[in-house]
Amino acid sequence: MADKNEILAGLAEIVEEETGLETEEVQLDKSFTEDLDIDSISMMTIVVNAEEKFDVKIPDEEVKNLTTVGDAVDYIANASA
Amino acid sequence: MSQRLVITGLGATTPLGGDTASTWQAALAGTAGARTLEHDWVAQYDLPVTFAAEVAVEPAEVLSRPETRRMDRSTQLGMVAAREAWADAGLQDAALDAERVAVSFATGIGGVWTLLNSWDTLREKGPRRVLPMTVPMLMPNGAAGAISLEFGAKAGGRTAVSACASGVEALIMAMDLLRSGQADMVLAGGTEAAIHPLPLAAFANMQALSRRNEDPAAASRPYDVDRDGFVMGEGAGALIIETEEHAKARGATVYAELAGGAVTSDAHHITAPDPEGMGASRAVRKALASASAETTDVTHVNAHATSTPLGDVPEYVAMKSVFGSHLDNVCVSATKSQTGHLLGAAGAVESVFTVKALADRKAPVTINLENQDPEIPLDVVSGTPRELGEGDQVAICSSFGFGGHNAVAAFRTV
Repeated sequence: MADKNEILAGLAEIVEEETGLETEEVQLDKSFTEDLDIDSISMMTIVVNAEEKFDVKIPDEEVKNLTTVGDAVDYIANASA
Repeated sequence: MSQRLVITGLGATTPLGGDTASTWQAALAGTAGARTLEHDWVAQYDLPVTFAAEVAVEPAEVLSRPETRRMDRSTQLGMVAAREAWADAGLQDAALDAERVAVSFATGIGGVWTLLNSWDTLREKGPRRVLPMTVPMLMPNGAAGAISLEFGAKAGGRTAVSACASGVEALIMAMDLLRSGQADMVLAGGTEAAIHPLPLAAFANMQALSRRNEDPAAASRPYDVDRDGFVMGEGAGALIIETEEHAKARGATVYAELAGGAVTSDAHHITAPDPEGMGASRAVRKALASASAETTDVTHVNAHATSTPLGDVPEYVAMKSVFGSHLDNVCVSATKSQTGHLLGAAGAVESVFTVKALADRKAPVTINLENQDPEIPLDVVSGTPRELGEGDQVAICSSFGFGGHNAVAAFRTV
């Protein structure tokens, strides 16, 4: 099972693909909306791509709880454990 | 009488080049844009037509990766042309009243690649994998919306959808917005990216496409006796149109005047043109009236001329009925011989050609004209570009579309 560093790296690639942000900017303490300026449509695109990449399910009602990149990494790690 | 409208910026991405300058040079030289398609899907679906005129420069080469992911290919091409036109008009740092700037950007089909790829995703991977941006990407007004956002244009974003007449109709919508005082400046144009197996199969089954698979460069041959259909093309054209007062106030360089334009409908048949060209001739007459021009002012026509056996003749009949004996003094360019048929972008790119022809006093060539159809005794520009000479001149650009749409724009030298 992927460790959190691998999940972060994979998530950063997805964010880069969607937004053009450098992967180095995608860090655990960064807020998707406040720091990375990701809107709700981009967030859903990232979630859908992450579900495919990590073979997990992230219900729509959970997405609003994923404030930071770290929240998403934790959720994916737990969901795939 | 309302004030003059002028064209101050041009943009294009076409099978002939990635911008206006390269496209125009290729059009003067006579360049075939059509090539054999090198996509797996051609053999996969055993398509009866295996060639088309794809853009010379892939949009991914000039757009950022997020832009290519969030915009359908049709919007991508439109954005490339729109940015060039905006920069060409010197608008990057211009102080504009955003609420007086409008967008009028047309398409024939819209985001067909997005629509069909999303449908494949739904069927193969389920609804959860369908991207949230699917609808804004596939909607026909996608380009108009993205372009208005790009330049902060707040006087409305319009989308003419009238099949192959769309591009010229977008200019006429722009003209109406400016003449009625709803805007001071409009970014107008059209885009199309429909070289996809579905439209290729459908157009082929209508017997509308050339089957000259063994020689794509010779396939688009308007007015030639051996023409056997049109060639699918893709691309976009964009023009900055503003009131003369607005252009003067900001010291803009003017290419030509958008003197007038008109739209009519045949109400004859859903795809076939009126054999007498009645709708087309009414559109030309109304466009000239709208331009306060006489038939004898016209020196050049960029014709619709798609290279279909049935379509090219009624357009000639229409021109003859309008111009009579003066038609001998009008030189005609059929640039689809080079670009292929850009559907909803055709009228926009051909308007760029018409404006450049007046600005440079030089009409582009028609290629592949080896044996001119005796039923179409036009003075066709072929071989070398035609010098238009000095003096005030009017040129028209005609586009006709399925649905019986006819759109004609008239331009005047400045």
